[in-house]
Amino acid sequence: MTGIAVTRIFVPGDAAALAVGADDVAAALAPHADVVRTGSRGLFWLEPMIEVETPEGRIAYGPVEATDIPALLADGLLTATAPHLRLGIPEQIPFLARQTRLTFSRCGIVDPLSLDDYRAHGGLGGLDRARSLGPAGIIAAVMASGLRGRGGAGFPTAVKWKTTAEADGERKYIVCNADEGDSGTYADRMLLEGDPFGLIEGMVIAALAIGATKGYVYTRSEYPHAIAAFDKALAIARDAGILGPAFDIEQRVGAGAYVCGEETALLESLEGRRGQVRAKPPLPAHKGLFGMPTVINNMITLATVPVILRDGAEAYQAIGMGRSRGTMPIQLAGNIRYGGLFEAGFGVTLGELVNDIGGGTLSGRPVRAVQVGGPLGAYFPPSLFDTPFDYEAFAAKDGLIGHGGVVVFDDTVDMARQARFAMEFCSAESCGKCTPCRIGSVRGMETVDKILAGRNVDANLELLRDLCHTMKFGSLCALGGFIPYPVLSAMNFFPEDFRQGQRLAAE
Amino acid sequence: MAAYEPWNKDRANAVIAANRGVEGAALPILHALQAAFGCVPPEAEPMVAAALNLSRAEVHGIVSFYHEFRRTPPGRHTLHVCRAEACQSVGADATGAHIREVLGCDWHETTPNGGVSLEPVFCLGLCATGPAALIDGRPIGRLNPEKIDRMLGALA
Repeated sequence: MTGIAVTRIFVPGDAAALAVGADDVAAALAPHADVVRTGSRGLFWLEPMIEVETPEGRIAYGPVEATDIPALLADGLLTATAPHLRLGIPEQIPFLARQTRLTFSRCGIVDPLSLDDYRAHGGLGGLDRARSLGPAGIIAAVMASGLRGRGGAGFPTAVKWKTTAEADGERKYIVCNADEGDSGTYADRMLLEGDPFGLIEGMVIAALAIGATKGYVYTRSEYPHAIAAFDKALAIARDAGILGPAFDIEQRVGAGAYVCGEETALLESLEGRRGQVRAKPPLPAHKGLFGMPTVINNMITLATVPVILRDGAEAYQAIGMGRSRGTMPIQLAGNIRYGGLFEAGFGVTLGELVNDIGGGTLSGRPVRAVQVGGPLGAYFPPSLFDTPFDYEAFAAKDGLIGHGGVVVFDDTVDMARQARFAMEFCSAESCGKCTPCRIGSVRGMETVDKILAGRNVDANLELLRDLCHTMKFGSLCALGGFIPYPVLSAMNFFPEDFRQGQRLAAE
Repeated sequence: MAAYEPWNKDRANAVIAANRGVEGAALPILHALQAAFGCVPPEAEPMVAAALNLSRAEVHGIVSFYHEFRRTPPGRHTLHVCRAEACQSVGADATGAHIREVLGCDWHETTPNGGVSLEPVFCLGLCATGPAALIDGRPIGRLNPEKIDRMLGALA
């Protein structure tokens, strides 16, 4: 083959692409092309989506199955002239063209384990700038950007950093929360698999800002591909001197406990205990991991920091609405026609996301409910589709944006069953420390069962509402405290679903 | 398909020793034991307790807290099926029912011939390609009855 140019074809190695056959596609292409594995662009209805390198740029094809490859090759796939399944220039696909990709600018484009690719696409520019700014300058830049925690709480990132920087401790830690347990979310997974150096760079910058010597990334065990990819990236970063004696990062793997996504439960788990929530204060910034001052941030928050440092806080702050600045990687999921990662400035409405961008339901039936923000998020009916994606706007309607998951349900969904599931999930995942969550979730599940069976429906609905009130205000953390959101929203917006048992009992 | 070692105290001691030096060593040790033996054998609990200067009750408390840690080795194959909301919205309840019927076992059980262990999981991060599952760690999306039958047939 010496001297003959071999066409490069990019095939995603993202777990969601593998789930629909990307490895088979890569194997079918391997004898004919130089196959480069990338992350995913996040257009999951088009996966496996492959990209052929041409002198004019990359040309996308999808969804491609391994059985399509012989015919595509015969029709001119290697010159990107084959017409079948041809999508054209990926950036011009409307779903991508409408986005503002900052945190996800490299995902799906670069070889995730190539530092050369990373540098060629703007990587390490943020770290260079951070080094010239120094700790106070870094914190000032993050403060000016308006960046808030992308795990869901929306707490100003720079305030956490400043508090930790000013705290006394013989050593300090940076902890990355990659325990992405919310159903409907996959942004952390995509970045760990598709652009892991972005997280590493963000954590090195955070360490410079607060004077940390050790970082931990706590990744959930349900993500075996992400875990493997990130461990490889850590080894490469160590070899390149990005990580070393001054600051190193270790990945730790969770063990299937949803509550460990709560920051203090995560710290307990990292310390080698049951993942039980700690009472606050003390804040992790004062007494966090092993009692030391600790910054604990969501993965997306940390991976966004290099962009802010590189391009300037003003550029980031200029995007968004209200107090929600910058972009949010929104994850369209569930029963949706065009499901995928949509990174956009805050302010896009739920209706635009579900109908215009997402194309409505996959089943073709009417949308009935959309759960935003994971299992603790409210179910919104289409009448609330004018709600802009913004921390405060969702809170004002008794909802939350959480980690940015949007799960669409069509009109076959039974909302009383979804309310029961919320309580069941909470009872299975409660850490057990506080009574409202531990006992309340079990009683809540039993009460929904009585309602579903048509027993004393009015009294039990009242009881369920009262129980939700107790859980909301009496629970120690967001698990028991927010599980009332899906339950109450189901009761408020879809009351008819809670009367079916009563009707059946009356017949 | 994973091959696990039979219980061996010396091997367990070596696994514990290899991981006990890190900060917060409990979870790394338990993961390493499960990688070796397919589960955290009850015999290992007092050994972990001794290594970490914990009580046996504390170690048992850690093992039993986390859903991931098994008390007995799994079957020859492990099937993790997502039961969370995004997969529910595209029929995960029916998918789960079909799988249980075909396998003839319930969640958290292993088929009588030891072929497949069935574990429910709440989200695999494959939420736009559901219903989703992991078979021996390999992701499979857009499950439907035909795909499930083919997948389970290939395991038999």
